[in-house]
Amino acid sequence: MTIHGSHARTDAKGKGTVKQDAPQDTRERAGAQGATSDVVLPSLGFFGTLRWAWTQLTSMRTALFLLLLLAVAAVPGSLFPQRPANPAVVTRYLQDNPDTGPVLDWFQLFDVYSSVWFSAIYLLLFISLIGCVVPRAIAHFKAVRFKPPRTPKRLSRLPVYGTLEVPAHAAREAGLTPASAAEEAAAVLRKRGYRVDVRDAGTDRPSVGAERGLAKELGNLVFHTSLIGVLVSVAVGGLFGYNGQKVVVEGESFVNTLIGYDTFNPGSNFSDDQLEPYSLRLDSFDVRFDREQESHYGQPLDFTANVTTQDGPGEDETQQVLKVNAPLTIGGTNVYLVGNGYAPVVTVRDGEGNIAQQGPVVSVPSDGLYTSLMVIKAPDAKPDQLGFVGFFLPTAFVDEQGVSFSRDPDPFNPQLNLNSYYGDLGLDDGTPENVYVLDTENLTELNSRNSDDGGIVLGVGQTFDLPEGKGSITFDGLKRYVALDIHHDPGEAGALVFSTLALLGLSASLFIGRRRLWVRTGEHPDGRLMVEYGLLARGEDNRLPAEGQAVEKLLADRWLVPSGTAGENGQQEVGASTAAGAGQSHHNSKDNS
Amino acid sequence: MTAPVNAELGQVSELFMLLASIAYVVALVFFVLDLVKSSPTIGSLEARLAGEQAASARALAGVGSRGAGSTPVAARTSSVADSMDYGSGPRRRTARIAVSLTVLAAVIHGAAVITRGVAAHRVPWGNMYEFCTTGAFLVAAIFLITLTRKDLRFVGSFVVGLVVIMLCAATVGFPTPVARLIPALQSYWLIVHVSIAVASSALFTITFSMSVLQLLQTSREAKLSAGKADPARFLRLVPSALSLENLSYRLNAIAFVGWTFTLMAGAIWAEQAWGRYWGWDTKEVWTFVIWTVYAGYLHARATRGWTGTRAAWLSIVGYLCIVFNFTIVNIYFSGLHSYSGV
Ligand code: HEM
Repeated sequence: MTIHGSHARTDAKGKGTVKQDAPQDTRERAGAQGATSDVVLPSLGFFGTLRWAWTQLTSMRTALFLLLLLAVAAVPGSLFPQRPANPAVVTRYLQDNPDTGPVLDWFQLFDVYSSVWFSAIYLLLFISLIGCVVPRAIAHFKAVRFKPPRTPKRLSRLPVYGTLEVPAHAAREAGLTPASAAEEAAAVLRKRGYRVDVRDAGTDRPSVGAERGLAKELGNLVFHTSLIGVLVSVAVGGLFGYNGQKVVVEGESFVNTLIGYDTFNPGSNFSDDQLEPYSLRLDSFDVRFDREQESHYGQPLDFTANVTTQDGPGEDETQQVLKVNAPLTIGGTNVYLVGNGYAPVVTVRDGEGNIAQQGPVVSVPSDGLYTSLMVIKAPDAKPDQLGFVGFFLPTAFVDEQGVSFSRDPDPFNPQLNLNSYYGDLGLDDGTPENVYVLDTENLTELNSRNSDDGGIVLGVGQTFDLPEGKGSITFDGLKRYVALDIHHDPGEAGALVFSTLALLGLSASLFIGRRRLWVRTGEHPDGRLMVEYGLLARGEDNRLPAEGQAVEKLLADRWLVPSGTAGENGQQEVGASTAAGAGQSHHNSKDNS
Repeated sequence: MTAPVNAELGQVSELFMLLASIAYVVALVFFVLDLVKSSPTIGSLEARLAGEQAASARALAGVGSRGAGSTPVAARTSSVADSMDYGSGPRRRTARIAVSLTVLAAVIHGAAVITRGVAAHRVPWGNMYEFCTTGAFLVAAIFLITLTRKDLRFVGSFVVGLVVIMLCAATVGFPTPVARLIPALQSYWLIVHVSIAVASSALFTITFSMSVLQLLQTSREAKLSAGKADPARFLRLVPSALSLENLSYRLNAIAFVGWTFTLMAGAIWAEQAWGRYWGWDTKEVWTFVIWTVYAGYLHARATRGWTGTRAAWLSIVGYLCIVFNFTIVNIYFSGLHSYSGV
């Protein structure tokens, strides 16, 4: 019968008691270390101090502290722009904040996740983790090999306890003795997944020690070990991986060589013979926008890149489809569709009438309607270099104030709106230049939207003659482009495997109940066979009483004793139950706090 | 994905949402009434309970068992038995009405969520409005499911209050008509990743309420055992701090596994969409921070001196991080996840 409902609990305060019953509980030891190490004073010599420091580092309290510290340390990375993700934003931040910027930079707040302090925290945490897991793994290994713990003297003191009686005549008919009953109980428990051990079989009070749920501790160990695996996989990816970006206009190709990339980020151990020279041509790029719904009119619905790939020079061509959320796998890399836009095709003629620049120019969309920034540079123009800055509008429209804007992401009325410049583009001194930015400092304005005759406005097929006979610009046509991310990460598979293991281990650790159960049998002088059992959980286990009842029912069914189904309403108390009469059983569970 | 969006059905869904909100508000009123009203009723039951408890304590002493959970002080501290099973406390009609209303509200709410999904031909969690409304539904549903096993009516006013806040936030803060998904969200990982995230957050919502109550109850228990006057009579409806802690630990454990899965599924999706499984994007940072805080919470439960009040604070901090992640980070921080439709 149950006292105070069927709810057994071992809270942390209760664990002290549990510990006496189970001295080899390593998890307790991990906890206890934290508690006792406060008291230890380090007047221990060099090795003593080392030992002391190690004990400190591998204590639960330190682990907890480091975990919380790691959480706090991760936050600044979301407050400040980070170099790996947004180098340009960091540069701008440093320009805009010349006073605070360098200080923040000194504290590595723009590289939080590779900073000295962040690395220190997680490395300490993982050292602590190893120091914690290894001894526990050894202890667990021993626990698995050793027999279930000895039977306590007084089972009635366990958090869940119950008795069964087989009447004298029934015991006689079935030939049931205390020893055979213990054997049978052991068989029942073994079938239920317990490890069992029958002891004192020759005496008049034989007993069974049983234990199940060792997988709980195993799960915990697997979880913590897998975290190390995840970390190692991430490190492998960082050492041997690489990634890069490439913009490809319709009809053009990307070849997987170093010069094929617009930007390239090698891992620390990268060597360029890692690149397999496959190629990928963008045949066409299809975009579909929402045309049905007023509220989301023009919202993109689908992006599809039709590409032709070749595993290497001279290999067969394959037609493939690349979409958002569906990367292509080729040559050891994954290719992702991460952006797209328009590339107006223009021809720039210089003052001498020669073609100085011809072909598609990639524009950068600045809003959902693909109002795109355009920069055109014609460094080969003579006598002066030419530069253009402005907008490309897929569906140009002029409002009452005379301002042009795009009304639709599809090219229903494509238009270029440009200002023009001549002079020195600053490309000749070899410093790397952002192709999407025109530095107008050393340039002279030819015309612009603000000048008297206005800027350049061009529809497809139109040509604009620049003032002062500097040349002309023609808007020949329109193409689309895609922005690709190309990644190679050899640690990826490991990270997936280890994190899956971690998840499984975690579930096992949290949801499996680790229980010990003992059954003791004996014969009453009047011939009744007496069976008592007790259960003990390790850690939180609210299903312990239910387990007790289930085992009791199994035993009762086996010996054809009416099962004690009492104890479910929580109304009766132990003291009220009468053990008199044949075939009675009772069951108790109580808090051991 | 070519079928057009059904706008009329979308409006039906919004109407359902409104009706559900009204029902929740009424339920909330009854939950609060229950807390207010039950105090005097319980006062009269107090003597009887105390007597019974004392008797049972004697009975226990008689059979020589140790540690019989509740002491006579506990009789004064709570009327919901610590087991949180039904039938252990006095009958509370107002609370019953409140629960019935919550059931009604949740049914309408469920209809609203489903019609929204049918109208959009997809799962109804593609933008902030839908995260909020579907999330609120899960909070209510998980609360009601837990109610079938445990008498958690004492957190009713908290939980239903939060549901109402979530629905208000959705309709006032992020109203969004039904629409199809942008390409970045067209992935079955949306279904997996977001649903588990929302479900775990719903569980964390409930444990947050319980941790707050636990802190209140702890300080009240301290006052009572010091012989001071009862500072908050309504807390009599609430189980002891220890029972609250134990139940919220179990729920937090489930939610933590869910959150771990969310994090992993998010990483897998990120790998498919952006080519890297982890890039410390703001949203990823905060998912990680939340995960670490709750891992800290689980550790705290096994660390001497960190159980009880400190663990409860960690659970509260974890939840505040979730709220922060969902509101401030979604709205003000830029990052790759900035497609939440705000
Ligand atoms: C990367 C750092 C760590 C993380 C994310 C982490 C996470 C967790 C989580 C989530 C749990 C609860 C689930 C379970 O019981 O398996 C747990 C339990 C545990 N961890 Fe860690 N842990 C970390 C490091 C450590 C370290 C350094 C130690 C040793 C000092 C440690 C010792 C333990 C122990 C003993 C338990 C079992 C607690 C119990 O009895 O419930 N962990 N850990």
